[in-house]
Amino acid sequence: MSSPSSKPIVRLLTCGSVDDGKSTLIGRLLVETDSVPHDTVSSARSTRRAGSIIPAGEIDFSLLTDGLEAEREQGITIDVAYRSMSLLDGRRLIIADAPGHEQYTRNMAVAASRADIALVLVDATRGVRVQTLRHLTICALMGVEKVIVVINKLDASNFDQKIYDDLAQELTPAIKRLAIEDSCFIPVSALEGDNVVYKTPKTAWHLGGSLLEEIQNWREKPRNNEHKRMGVQLISRAENFRGLSGTVSQGEFKVGDEVVILPSAKKAKISRLATFDGDIKSAPSGKAITMVLTPEVDATRGDFIEGADNFTAPADRFSANLVWLGEQELIHSRSYYLINGSSMVAATITTIRHRIDINNGEHESTRTLAMNEIGLVEIATDSPIALTKYSENRISGNFVIVDRVTLNTIGAGMVVHALRRASNITKHDYEINKATRSQQKGQRAKVIWMTGLSGSGKSTIADALEKELFAKGIHSYVLDGDNLRLGLNKDLGFTKEDRAENVRRVAEVSKLMVDAGLVVIVALVSPFKVDRDHAREIFDSGEFIEVWVKTPAEICAQRDPKGLYKKAREGNLPNLTGVGQDYEAPTSAELILDGTTDISLNVEKLMKEVL
Amino acid sequence: MRSSPEILESLENESIEIIRETAASFRNPVFLYSIGKDSSVVLHLIRKAFFPAQVPFPMLHIDTTWKFREMIEFRDQMADKYQIKLMTHTNQDGVRDGVTPFSTTASEYTRVMKTVALRQALDSYGFDAAIGGSRRDEEKSRAKERLFSVREAGHRWDPRAQRPELWRTYNPRIRPDQSMRVFPISDWTELDIWSYIQLHNIPVNPLYFAKERPVVKRGEQLIMIDDDRYPLINNEKPEMKKIRFRTLGCYPLTAGVESDAITLEQVVAEVMAVKLSERATRLIDGDKEDSMEKKKKEGYF
Repeated sequence: MSSPSSKPIVRLLTCGSVDDGKSTLIGRLLVETDSVPHDTVSSARSTRRAGSIIPAGEIDFSLLTDGLEAEREQGITIDVAYRSMSLLDGRRLIIADAPGHEQYTRNMAVAASRADIALVLVDATRGVRVQTLRHLTICALMGVEKVIVVINKLDASNFDQKIYDDLAQELTPAIKRLAIEDSCFIPVSALEGDNVVYKTPKTAWHLGGSLLEEIQNWREKPRNNEHKRMGVQLISRAENFRGLSGTVSQGEFKVGDEVVILPSAKKAKISRLATFDGDIKSAPSGKAITMVLTPEVDATRGDFIEGADNFTAPADRFSANLVWLGEQELIHSRSYYLINGSSMVAATITTIRHRIDINNGEHESTRTLAMNEIGLVEIATDSPIALTKYSENRISGNFVIVDRVTLNTIGAGMVVHALRRASNITKHDYEINKATRSQQKGQRAKVIWMTGLSGSGKSTIADALEKELFAKGIHSYVLDGDNLRLGLNKDLGFTKEDRAENVRRVAEVSKLMVDAGLVVIVALVSPFKVDRDHAREIFDSGEFIEVWVKTPAEICAQRDPKGLYKKAREGNLPNLTGVGQDYEAPTSAELILDGTTDISLNVEKLMKEVL
Repeated sequence: MRSSPEILESLENESIEIIRETAASFRNPVFLYSIGKDSSVVLHLIRKAFFPAQVPFPMLHIDTTWKFREMIEFRDQMADKYQIKLMTHTNQDGVRDGVTPFSTTASEYTRVMKTVALRQALDSYGFDAAIGGSRRDEEKSRAKERLFSVREAGHRWDPRAQRPELWRTYNPRIRPDQSMRVFPISDWTELDIWSYIQLHNIPVNPLYFAKERPVVKRGEQLIMIDDDRYPLINNEKPEMKKIRFRTLGCYPLTAGVESDAITLEQVVAEVMAVKLSERATRLIDGDKEDSMEKKKKEGYF
C-alpha cells in the first residue's frame, strides 16, 4: 500500500502531438497495466479509420484515446481527455491528455493547471521542435512539479545512445532556464513498448527507470504547513448550529486554533470541525469540512479563513502571469470579474508589462494579449482579496478572469506577488461628507450619465439642462467628453482600451463631484455596456442615472456638428462609434430621450430625475 | 485490488466541494437522480456535503414508464428515508404518441423519452443547474466533459467550445439562456463506486444482486421480463435464471448477466474480475461509434 506521505491520486499531463506517437504511448500504458475494458480493446483491434495502415488484428491505440467525432476525423487532439489507471502500488493515476498544437495552448493550460507530473514527448526521428519548448514553458509556468521528457521512436535508430544523448543535451539548458527542478529523460519506443511499463534490455545504458517507474517513484514536495487556509463556500445552518463549509486548501486546521477571517481581519477560535462521519480534531489539506467558530463572527461565502499567526494580507493590486483564453483579446482598463475559490471581485488589468514568447521564453512589449498568449500583467481589484503567491500554493495563488457580459472564463492568472496591501490605503472618514455637503446646498447629489452616438444631441441637452438647474439654484457641473479630451484625457485615443479608460476616469471624476454634493451632467459617447455598468457600480444606489439620448444614426450623420462622419466616410477616422465601432445600446437606462424632439421636453424629463 | 480508502477520501472531498459550489452559486439547482449505483453515491455525497443542514435542493427522476419496478420502489424509499423532495417527469407527448422501446429504434426512443423529457422537466421547473452522476471512465465523449459543463440555449452541448476549467477554481456563472450540468463524480471509476458503496454501506438497488429472475434471450443478451408489456415471440416462455444487473435503465433495453453474487463483497469481486465496459450491457449505446457524443449534443445527460 501507499506510504502515508504520498498522494493517493497523482495527476499526469501528457503533451505532444499524435505524430509524436502520443496516442500510442498512452494507449500502451493503459493496455499494459490492464486499465482498458477488454471489449474496448477488441474494438480497437477490429475498427479502422479511413486510411489507417495499422495491420488487421493489431490495436489502433489512437482509437482508445481520441474521444470526439472531430478528433477522430482529423486525427488530432482538440480538447483535454481524462483517463484513470491504477499504479502498481494501488495509488491512482489520472491522465490528462492535452492537445499539442499551438492554437490549443489554452487547453493545455487547463490540463497543466492540476498536473503533478508532465510527460513531454519528443519524436527522436524529428528532434527538438518549437512545440517541445512551448510545452516545457507552459509546464514551468503552471507549476508542474516534475517533468519527464520521453524520447520516443528510438526503435527507428536501433536505440542509438548518441541520438538520445544529443537530444537530452539540447533540452537541458531550457529546463535549467525555466527553473524546472525535477526532471528526467527516458529513451522509449511506444510502438514496441520499450521502457513504457517495463525496462527494456535494448537500452542497458539507460540508468533511470521505465516511464511507469518514474511516475510511481515521484513524491510530492514537502509543503509549508504553517500557512493554513480554507475558502468559505457556504454557511451551514441547522438547529442550534451555524458553521462555515469549505475545503482546506493548505496547511492543517485543529480544534482550538485561533483563526482570522479575510478580508475583514476578524478573529475567532475553532470550536468544532464537523463532518457527516462525526466531529474531527484536525483537518488536513484537501479535507472538506464545516468549521464552527467562537465567537460566531460574521463571515460569508467568498471569505478565507487562515491561521491568526500567519495569514495573507488582503491586497487590491497584484502582479501576475496571465494566460489569455478568450477569443476576444484582453482590453486593459476594462472591468472583468476575478475568481479565486468562492471569492469573486471586479478587477481591471491596468498594465501589461510584457508578453512571454512561449516558444523561447523571451519578453516582448505589447498593448494586449490575444488568445493563447501569456503575459506578465498588473491587475487592480475593486475590493481587497487575500491571494497568496502561486509559487507558495497553486490553489491559493491562482485566479480566473471572467467576462462580465458573456460570463465565459477568458483568462487564467498566477499571482507573482501582491503590489499593494489594502491596509496601506485605509480610507479616512471625514465628518464633512457627501451627505452634509448635499444638505448644505439643499439638493441631492447625483450623476446624469448621458450616452449616445456622436451628434445625438448630448451636449446640447446638457447645456440646456444646466441652465435650468442654475436658474433653480442647483449646484451642477457638466463633464463633456470632447472637452475632457483637451486636458484630463488628452493621452487617450478611441480604441476599445482607451474608451474603457476614458469612461473610468470620467466616472471617478464624477464620483468626486458627487461627493462634493454636486449634480453632475456627463455627456459622453461611452459606447460599451460593460464600461457604463462598471461606472454605475462605483456609485451608491439611486445616484447614477443612465440616460440614453436615442437619435437615429442617419440623423446624427446628417447633423455631423464636428465633421466626424464626413472624416469617417473619407476613411480618415476608423473608430467612429456607429461607423467603424459598434454602439451597444443601454438595456437598463433609467431614461430614454428622443434626440429629435423639442429640447424643452427632454429637459423637463431630466428635471424630474434631478429633483 | 479495491480502491484504497485514501483514494476514496480524496475523491469524496473533491466531489463535496463541487456539490457545495453548485448549491451556493445557482438559483434553482436539482439533482438528477437515476436510481442506479452512481446516483446512490452522489446522493450520499450530497447528504455529506450539507450535514448537519438539510439538502437544499430537490431530486428529479425522468420516468420513461419502462423502468424496472424495483427501481421505482427503491426511488420512493430513498426520498422518504432521507427526506429529500422528489420530483418526477414523464414526456406525455411520447406516451400519447405511443413511443415505446418496441415502436421505434432504441436511439429514437431514448431521444423522446429521456433526452426530450429531461429538457421539458428542466425548462418547466426552471432548473438552472442539474447535478448528474456521469463518470469520465464510462465512455469516450464523457472523458472530455468538464466538471461544470455549460449548456447553450436548448440544452445543447458544444464539445468543441467548452469553457476552460483550471485548477479547482470553478466559474459557475451562466447567462439567462444557458444552464449548467454538474458532474461531481467525474473522476471516479466503476470500481471506486463499488468500493465506496461497500466502505460506507450505502444502500443500492436490489437489482444489482443476483437472484432468480424471469428472462428471455435476445441475441446474446438476457432480458428480464418485468411485466406483461414485453412482446414475447410465439409460445416463448421466460426462463428463470440467476442474474444480476451491472447498470440499470429501462428493462427492455438493459441486459442482465448470469451471476451468483448475492452480497456486496461478491459483487465487488465480480466487478474486479470482469473486464468489460459497463455500457456493454446497455442496448441503446451500441448503434454507432459516436452515439453518446451525438446524444449529449442534443441535451442527454
